[in-house]
Amino acid sequence: MAKTLAEKVWDAHVVRKGDGDGANAQPDLLFIDLHLVHEVTSPQAFEGLRLAGRKLRRPDLTIATEDHNTPTLDIDKPIADLTSRTQIQTLRNNCAEFGVRLHSLGDAEQGIVHVVGPQLGLTQPGMTVVCGDSHTSTHGAFGALAMGIGTSEVEHVMATQTLSLKPFKTMAINVEGTLRPGVTAKDIILAVIAKIGTGGGQGYVLEYRGSAIRALSMDARMTICNMSIEAGARAGLVAPDETTYNYMKGRPHAPQGADWDAAVEYWNTLRTDDDATFDAQVDLDADTLEPFVTWGTNPGQGVSLSESVPSPEDFGDENAKAAAERALQYMGLEAGTPMKDIRVDTVFLGSCTNSRMEDLRAAADIIRGRQKDPNIRMLVVPGSARVRLEAEAEGLDKVFKDFGAEWRFAGCSMCLGMNPDQLEVGERCASTSNRNFEGRQGKGGRTHLVSPVVAAATAIRGTLSSPSDLDPDPVVEPVQTPIRTDAA
Amino acid sequence: MEKFTTHTGIGVPLRQSNVDTDQIIPAVYLKRITRTGFEDALFSAWRKDPSFILNQAPFNSGSVLVAGPDFGTGSSREHAVWALKDYGFKTVLSSRFADIFRGNSGKQGLLAAEVAQDDIELIWKELENAPGTEVTVDLVSKTVMCGNIVAPFDIDDYTRWRLLEGLDDIGLTLQHEADITAYEATRPAFKPKTLPARLS
Repeated sequence: MAKTLAEKVWDAHVVRKGDGDGANAQPDLLFIDLHLVHEVTSPQAFEGLRLAGRKLRRPDLTIATEDHNTPTLDIDKPIADLTSRTQIQTLRNNCAEFGVRLHSLGDAEQGIVHVVGPQLGLTQPGMTVVCGDSHTSTHGAFGALAMGIGTSEVEHVMATQTLSLKPFKTMAINVEGTLRPGVTAKDIILAVIAKIGTGGGQGYVLEYRGSAIRALSMDARMTICNMSIEAGARAGLVAPDETTYNYMKGRPHAPQGADWDAAVEYWNTLRTDDDATFDAQVDLDADTLEPFVTWGTNPGQGVSLSESVPSPEDFGDENAKAAAERALQYMGLEAGTPMKDIRVDTVFLGSCTNSRMEDLRAAADIIRGRQKDPNIRMLVVPGSARVRLEAEAEGLDKVFKDFGAEWRFAGCSMCLGMNPDQLEVGERCASTSNRNFEGRQGKGGRTHLVSPVVAAATAIRGTLSSPSDLDPDPVVEPVQTPIRTDAA
Repeated sequence: MEKFTTHTGIGVPLRQSNVDTDQIIPAVYLKRITRTGFEDALFSAWRKDPSFILNQAPFNSGSVLVAGPDFGTGSSREHAVWALKDYGFKTVLSSRFADIFRGNSGKQGLLAAEVAQDDIELIWKELENAPGTEVTVDLVSKTVMCGNIVAPFDIDDYTRWRLLEGLDDIGLTLQHEADITAYEATRPAFKPKTLPARLS
């Protein structure tokens, strides 16, 4: 029978089919290939194992890192916030007790859990990947079935290396065409969410398809899959291809030698069959897409950057109208204000959505040789310690620092403000993260979700801006190539 | 897990859609390492507003939350379910729940009952006209009752069975441990392992 990619991955992991059929069917028991763990959603799960006298079944399929709570400054000093310090220490104790590999603050492989898995080559096509974090959907970029789980499920995976799951429906997101300069993967996914709504993907696994998706790098595909959850879908994926294999090859945990060949042979089967059908389809035209930005307090409340803040009256549905009214009040915005007239206080470049090398390079290319608006505070937080090192090797840290941005250590940082990186009450932020919920980045903070290049252009102009709003020819200091006089 | 068959308690009308888990419990409370004691954290930002529904008697002693569509969106934090339970809620009614929240509720014995939005509107009106009205949520018959309103609700059969029986998921799965072991033996060699660690 013809199958979609998601169905193929699902079927390859069924340990035990649920009894019964149709609506009465019990869930299938699925094997989990990789369990990612962090400090926030794991302590109660480890405690549950301990109380029941259970072991962690597969430490060799489990990996932990510290990301949500970790400071992005002074990482060589004890964590100042005592509850954060306790939670981090609890993770360290638990990993030692249960034999789990842990990359701690200060380690070159520490960082946001969804950046660390792929960069180590642990995330591979056709796998099942879970983590107690809703942005686990990121790993779907490799053609893996990857989803966020709650702490009870974290404990279940620790004890059994399986999950009980009811099959999902499938939805194709077809994005055809070519993105214009300055338009990115972030704009694609924000436009998709605005189109189908925050609940549009509930009960579905999304498969992103079409020429615009195939043309994207792995970093960009991760940005898109990352935000599947903001459309309500627990998972979203992209079929693996040469782009995927080129990214994988040579990574520490990528298969080697004969294993590589066997893996590629299998990965090549991970495509939706031509005659397979999806339960739903959504089409998006990449050719006409513009930079996208949110105006409200959920990720579905977005418009093109060239448009204006909508009026609640624009929404037919009573609930949507009420939500828009409340959002405008919280955001301190007037209907009809051009988005580009909105002045921001802070620019945040980071998070599991947009903190990888490509994101940092894209932003650096915009700001190089230009001046930051003096009233803007800009934080640049690489997704992992490894990304930070690579960026420094390319001199990107210097570009950001010369511009006047703060170059920080890796972690989730201001995406959710569990560490000291937070917005003040009323402070407005252009953020490359994934959620513009009330108070998400700090109590009373106001978030506009944007792409890295829009974030960079905004830091220059002080108002929400796209790269096309900038002067075409920045004054670039000539690069002074040092002349070596020693006999090399 | 405690068995859930039927519950009757004061209904709390929360006229809002897209109640995300950051609102149910802000991230600052996620630093705790315990599974209980989150009652102070529930809707903590909104509770600073004196006019918020949970700051008004008799709603402050409610146990049936009646919310707008897309309840529990966003973060996977199970703390959202713990906070609702610790506060005293036994069940949440909404026309649409986020998948992860719904799953977390089922694991913790909080009944997430899917009620048609038209019925939610009727219940809202009833609860606002007569504050303190009790709502009965009967999992056996999959019915909600409030004043003269009788409305059906949806829940998947498996979760319903587990709630009615009060069953522990891990215990159920471990009955099939032989199947897990058999599956493990068939996994291809090229699949990655985290141990021993390979570094860049």
